[in-house]
Amino acid sequence: MSILQNPFGIHAQAFQLREQRSTVLASNIANVDTPNYKARDLDFKGIMEAAQGGSMRTNHSQHFSVASSSADRESVKYRLPHGAALDGNTVEVGTENSLFTENSMRYQATSSFLNSKIKGVMTALRGE
Amino acid sequence: MTMLTAMKISSSAMTAQMVRMNTTASNLANMDVVGGSEEQAYKAKKPIFRTVMEKFSETDYQAGVRVTGVSQTERPNIRRYEPQNPLADDEGFVYQSNVNSIEEMVEMTNASRSYQTNVEVMNATKKMMMATLQLGKG
Repeated sequence: MSILQNPFGIHAQAFQLREQRSTVLASNIANVDTPNYKARDLDFKGIMEAAQGGSMRTNHSQHFSVASSSADRESVKYRLPHGAALDGNTVEVGTENSLFTENSMRYQATSSFLNSKIKGVMTALRGE
Repeated sequence: MTMLTAMKISSSAMTAQMVRMNTTASNLANMDVVGGSEEQAYKAKKPIFRTVMEKFSETDYQAGVRVTGVSQTERPNIRRYEPQNPLADDEGFVYQSNVNSIEEMVEMTNASRSYQTNVEVMNATKKMMMATLQLGKG
């Protein structure tokens, strides 16, 4: 009965994360002309892996648990630019724009996943 | 609602780009203004952009932009011999503005493109918000 206990699964977290990432990317695009601004991004994969219990799991009592360093825990990271700008700004409009569009498309995909989950739950509840 | 912050960030950038656009317009408008001395002559203006950190933690990041001031271009004004001009100094020279029209055109195009990008970001954010509001309705 997992559909009624936890109907949204990982999608709920992904939804929030997509929303957060869109703000980070909007910040980058807003600061495209600010000198010395460094573009940042959310480490989507890292956060999702952490949310699912980390990429390394132990299945024996004598296994060591792998403690992640603080650099791994930090989810807002700096973007590596393809080329350097004279004013120290690392925002590349093309990259940011395409990532923003991709992020908002994935957001809408997640939103439609959630929608169908809600529909599923409603069908189950009504029992029609 | 993080989305509303995204809209605030985009609007801060649009305001900043608008100031830049106004500065460029002022520079181009005053391109042919002459002055009686180096100090009186018009000098090209340029806005200074600064990042405003709304939030900066290990897991979240929101940064808008603000114009913190306007700087003057310190390029020397060209002296031109024009004794019939009432503004001319004792030797008959007037000082031209130091506006570089090509530079200003580049600024203008840049400002307008950045503005457009932010409008697009705002539109996309609005669409995302609407999708969230419609969640579970159809």
